[in-house]
Amino acid sequence: MAAQETTIDRGAHPAVLAYLCIAMLVLLLMMVFGALMRMEQAEFIAMGPMWFYELMTLHGAGMVGVAGIAGIAILWHFLGQYVRLSAPVFVANLVLFVAGVAMILAAVLGGNFHGGWTFLHPLPSKSMGTWSPNAAALFLGGMLVIGTGFLLLHLDIARAILAREGGFGRALGWPQLFGRAETAPPPPTIVAATMATIVNLIGIVAGAAILSMMLVNLYFPDFGVDALLAKNLIYFFGHVFINATIYMAVIAVYEILPRYTQRPWKANRVFLASWTASTVLVLFIYPHHLLMDFAMPKWMLVMGHVVGYLNTFPILVVTAYGGLMLVYRSGIRWDMASGLLFVSLFGWSAGVMPAFIDGTIPVNYVMHNTLWVPGHFHTYLLLGMMTMVFGFLYYIGKSAREMRERLVDRAAFAVFVVATLGFTLSFLSSGRSGAARRYAVHLPEWVPYDRIASVFAVLVVAAVAVFATRFLLRLPAASVDAPRATLAGSMT
Amino acid sequence: MQDTAWFISLTLMGLLLAVFVFVWSQSSVREEDFTPLQKRAYRLRARLFWALVLTLGPAMLYNLIDLPYAAADARERDAQVIDAVGHQWYWQLSRNEVRAGEPVLFRVTSADVNHGFGVYDTGSRLVAQTQAMPGYTNVLRHTFAQPGKYRVLCLEYCGLVHHNMIAEIDVVEARGAAKE
Repeated sequence: MAAQETTIDRGAHPAVLAYLCIAMLVLLLMMVFGALMRMEQAEFIAMGPMWFYELMTLHGAGMVGVAGIAGIAILWHFLGQYVRLSAPVFVANLVLFVAGVAMILAAVLGGNFHGGWTFLHPLPSKSMGTWSPNAAALFLGGMLVIGTGFLLLHLDIARAILAREGGFGRALGWPQLFGRAETAPPPPTIVAATMATIVNLIGIVAGAAILSMMLVNLYFPDFGVDALLAKNLIYFFGHVFINATIYMAVIAVYEILPRYTQRPWKANRVFLASWTASTVLVLFIYPHHLLMDFAMPKWMLVMGHVVGYLNTFPILVVTAYGGLMLVYRSGIRWDMASGLLFVSLFGWSAGVMPAFIDGTIPVNYVMHNTLWVPGHFHTYLLLGMMTMVFGFLYYIGKSAREMRERLVDRAAFAVFVVATLGFTLSFLSSGRSGAARRYAVHLPEWVPYDRIASVFAVLVVAAVAVFATRFLLRLPAASVDAPRATLAGSMT
Repeated sequence: MQDTAWFISLTLMGLLLAVFVFVWSQSSVREEDFTPLQKRAYRLRARLFWALVLTLGPAMLYNLIDLPYAAADARERDAQVIDAVGHQWYWQLSRNEVRAGEPVLFRVTSADVNHGFGVYDTGSRLVAQTQAMPGYTNVLRHTFAQPGKYRVLCLEYCGLVHHNMIAEIDVVEARGAAKE
């Protein structure tokens, strides 16, 4: 196997670094909020329900935002090596994100809004006097501003992809998948970016539609909004957006692991088929959030159940398996970047297991909205998606002079993996025992799980604080073009 | 059901962990020629794909057999009916005593925001649920196997006192059992 053309890895654009710095700072703050929530449930502290639900609202909205900007920063960094993207649009999205975050913080901390990040209609307009319509409007408006930024950026990404490939079908490799095209398929990064862009364009428009309707309803209650329609639109938008963050972040795996292993990640037919399937599945899976809404058309609920099973195939059989194939007997030199990216594939695929089981209707009947749900999504988002981001941070922050990490990095890595597993398993076991999610005060029988989870949560925050600090300290090296991947065994 | 979900999840996650650890343990040596390894891996992947189809497919279909969406039918005209209305932050139940061993139809709706109607047994195990949504009535059918005090907890976040929105249902002995 010949070495790849170059071992020089492109440094990050200053705007990418700005994205990642803001993402890590907000992430740490939101993780502290999350740990405080678990400690409140564990009765280690006593902040009271108002603070709990305010922090819960910030934690949810903040984490979705962090995943969004970190994921799209990775996409932009790597996609920019294939297509011409607009830096001003990229920066505009970050400006709108910060403005939206400021609005959300003002709504929650200044206006006591605590309607949850999912802002299910009509809760924002029916607070029993605990927040004002203006506070709700500030929160919904903040979400709308953030969504608008992402919409603009995805439009620019779509423009750039279309300019190179000539169509979304070509960018997904359909001529190679369905036809007899002899030409090379698009690189995995373009395929993944196209999928994320297609689903997010549709999802964000749906989200913006319901946010606009709810904003009008806040001040003109006669403008009625059907609660079930609102729920469909919110979960469609929410599911698509948060799922797209994983499909954006996994680009780091596609790009970096081949450099380490000196083996190509080919966009072959199976790969292309799986990404086309994922494009469809992500758009049609959202009814699994509404399985306990018996008023929904039954066929939609059955669809949510079936698509949940189908959705495991591309993740397990293509991406996770592809990563394992690349690493197996590769002579890879393990460091923080390669180690975290490898673990991220485990985190994503492991989280999918309790997730598809939760999407099974008879299981959902006794586990929906228990702590089983944060159990599975923290597995694939924290040990999957965010671990891809951490791997990217270590990769991009690496300078040519510093090819080995320090003991503190390795210790943080070990603590992070073990504590995240302990943290997520605590959630899952709480869900098994019926502990309801989004409760400021837990029943006495649920508290022991909360106490164990609190300890793991603090350890996770400490480990991520090390990741973030090390990234910030190595920031100057991150914008320099340099060889970052430690090459596999016999290639050096 | 919860225990089954837990053990299957742990088993599958454990299997994945074992595979990742195995690959990691085999990663230090380098097989220089990737092509033959790739061919072997693709063959194995085809088998893995079919193994997944043959295990997940039947599981997916089997779990569609008995869905909780059946509304009241002719056989259940005599079922015990409880009209449940969610309010911020309490449950309004048309009655709170039913007999064990006979089906109960909960007609669940909301007077204000979304709530979740979650029925917990005497051991704090969640046994049934549906959403309570303004403008819609969800019919939940459940037969209590054992007498005792059951609790209804709110399972959809509905504001400041969400965690304290609890009602009780007394499930008394079945008719036959009372005569005995």
